[in-house]
Amino acid sequence: MTISRPTLRRIIAGREAGTACGLLVLCVGLWIATPYFATAANLTNVAEQSAIVGVIAIGMTFVILTGGIDLSVGSIVALAGIVIGTALRHGMSVPIAVLLGLAAGVVSGALNGLMVTRGSLPPFIATLGMMSVARGAALMLSDGRPISGFPDGLRLLATSRLMAVPAPVVLMLVLYLFAYLVLTRTVLGRYMYAIGGNEEATALAGVDVKLYKTLVYAISGLSAGLCAILLVARLNSAQPIAGIGYELDAIAAVVIGGTSLLGGSGSVIGTLIGALIMSVLRNGLNLLGVSSYLQQVAIGVVIIVAVLIDMALRRRVQRSTR
Amino acid sequence: MRAASAPVTLRMRGIARAFPGVQALAGVDLDLSGGEVHVLLGENGAGKSTLMKILSGVLQADAGVIEIDGRPTALTSPRIARDAGIAIIHQELALVPEMTVAENIWLGRAPTRFGMLDHGPMVRRSSELLAQLGATVDPNELVGSLGIAQQQLVEIARALSLDARILIMDEPTSALTERESARLFDTIRGLTARGVAIIYISHRLDEIFAIGNRITVLRDGRNVVTQTVDHADRRELVRLMANRDVDELVPESTRRIGKPKLRVEHLSHGSSLHDVSFSVRAGEIVGFAGLLGAGRTEIARAVFGLELLVRGTIYVDEREVEIRSPRDAIAAGIGFVTEDRKREGLVLGRSVRDNVALPILSRLARLGVVRGRHEQATAEAAVRDLRIRTPSVRQLAQHLSGGNQQKTVLAKWLATGARILFLDEPTRGIDVGSKQEIYALIQELAADGVAIVLMSSDLPEVLGLSDRVLVMREGRIVGEFTRADATAENVMACAVGV
Repeated sequence: MTISRPTLRRIIAGREAGTACGLLVLCVGLWIATPYFATAANLTNVAEQSAIVGVIAIGMTFVILTGGIDLSVGSIVALAGIVIGTALRHGMSVPIAVLLGLAAGVVSGALNGLMVTRGSLPPFIATLGMMSVARGAALMLSDGRPISGFPDGLRLLATSRLMAVPAPVVLMLVLYLFAYLVLTRTVLGRYMYAIGGNEEATALAGVDVKLYKTLVYAISGLSAGLCAILLVARLNSAQPIAGIGYELDAIAAVVIGGTSLLGGSGSVIGTLIGALIMSVLRNGLNLLGVSSYLQQVAIGVVIIVAVLIDMALRRRVQRSTR
Repeated sequence: MRAASAPVTLRMRGIARAFPGVQALAGVDLDLSGGEVHVLLGENGAGKSTLMKILSGVLQADAGVIEIDGRPTALTSPRIARDAGIAIIHQELALVPEMTVAENIWLGRAPTRFGMLDHGPMVRRSSELLAQLGATVDPNELVGSLGIAQQQLVEIARALSLDARILIMDEPTSALTERESARLFDTIRGLTARGVAIIYISHRLDEIFAIGNRITVLRDGRNVVTQTVDHADRRELVRLMANRDVDELVPESTRRIGKPKLRVEHLSHGSSLHDVSFSVRAGEIVGFAGLLGAGRTEIARAVFGLELLVRGTIYVDEREVEIRSPRDAIAAGIGFVTEDRKREGLVLGRSVRDNVALPILSRLARLGVVRGRHEQATAEAAVRDLRIRTPSVRQLAQHLSGGNQQKTVLAKWLATGARILFLDEPTRGIDVGSKQEIYALIQELAADGVAIVLMSSDLPEVLGLSDRVLVMREGRIVGEFTRADATAENVMACAVGV
């Protein structure tokens, strides 16, 4: 499938362009400030860093597009990781272990979805509960200890390269392309935008809103499972305390990328750029020798400023079309 | 209390107010003096609510003068109106159920001591106010645990606590039982005896005659008549309310009415619908008239599978169908243009194309992937057929005018292949020119064999379009008129129950 010319033009003219400019300015600034930033080794490192949260941010984009939120992904990463570790320790093969990890993610996510759609719980509450449940389950399964010593097969997922690009980065990019096509070309994607834009009208149009919302949370769980695979492969160990705070990084990437927390508008391209901005910023501040305390402040400020700019732009667009 | 000492006088002269496309008020006069119950009568859309919003400071008049006690007064905000002694008791009560009666009465003005709520005086003064009203309500009780009548009394107590000299009551008995209404009337008599002036809005002629002193009838934003209740005649009042020029909105069409398309039998739902049966034929337009809350919308929602625990049987093409969700309804060939197109009809932030395609996306897709060309073609055809004015099908729905938004909603349902259409207030908030276009479209659809159920509070609209008119009152069908018999007077009389 090729991306048509008008589509390209729309991407260039769209809100993603602003975010991309922000990323570009950031990169150029860092390049000038520290020459090491633009080395192949460092850029590869930055891309690899962004892959972890970048993958979860895909599912998070879907959830937020439908007007929800998923606070449980960080804990689901830990749970799925521990499931993979436990399976490997019991002598299962790598593919089976990986599938079990993904299944753990999907099941946890689907439970979130059922709580939201069948139990009518606010997404914030349902996933806040799941955040604690999944973390607790990960700690129980592992007795609170990391699991390590895995066969080489898993490690390859983190170390192998495709034309000098690390495998996790390739995986992330493939997933983003797939998610982009889902959102723009498929029935599921259209429904996500419609549900986030006006859930009542969508239900009245005969769409099974509950089913699709449940599906979206399951996808978010799945992307947490994928993230767990990358993390376990990279660390060569599964840790029950992994992924703490990932949900917030993922939400930040989505929001910086211009997706509205009210649902109904946004894109995964924006989210990808948002995730890149987050990891470029962290990397750059490290290179500049900024203390990790100050880094936290800087990242918080970037999130706030990005959303302020986005809101200001949106207001202007609204005014000019009225 | 000021109310007791100085009976108020209110003069409203030449009040005008326009909304986009509608002249809601075109120079209305109203007089009111202390101790009087002045009844405001009029059809939906006659301008009663707008007039009361202007008097309570919620809206500003474009022209006209308001004099209170002979002094011209600018009521530029609800607060200023309140300070002038005007209080309004809305149809829907505006109380906080989780707070006590006393807290509600003094909400926002609670007496404090050292920054803390001072409960003692608050409760004491509440008791006094409630006692004046002859109410046996404990000020410490939670409002949520009170009945509607008692809540109504709490609202009145709050109005009195504001030292209100002019009290506006908007259909205060719509939720009350007969006994509760009687109690309310006692309260009203007590208030007028103390010099309070009351503007009373209601459609129930019985109670108007029981409680009112003077009656003003509004129609199309103008005064029709003001007379004392003793001189008023019911039949005459109904005629005055309804007798608008029912202009021929669209040329008489030569439609062929075919076989029964939809038949609904013994439809009941909770307290909102009681044993409703009707049928619509292919090519027929059946209009539902009735006052607000008579149950028109409820019928559409019940048939469309939006309500749980609905009893009754639905036949489409003489075959029984089971409808439990909008999906079932769509599969049975039913479409529903809802009353509130922004809340229920459209995804405003998406394009015309996306909105039109929404109910049929799975049909336009192969293996879950939307076939863009099909979708584009469907949307473009809809824009052409319904004459939706938009630069392209990619235009966001929120940027269309009200009339074109409504056409988009219609297009959406026609795209599903619906042959039965429920239209609930299809021209609400739409300017006159677009109204005509919508009417023409409705006629064309019927001529094309679509069975149409039209629900509207706009009586001329119902009378002008319908082949048959069914009148609803309190969840029941109480009358049926052929096109020839369906005069505004007959239908209105039936709707108010004269």
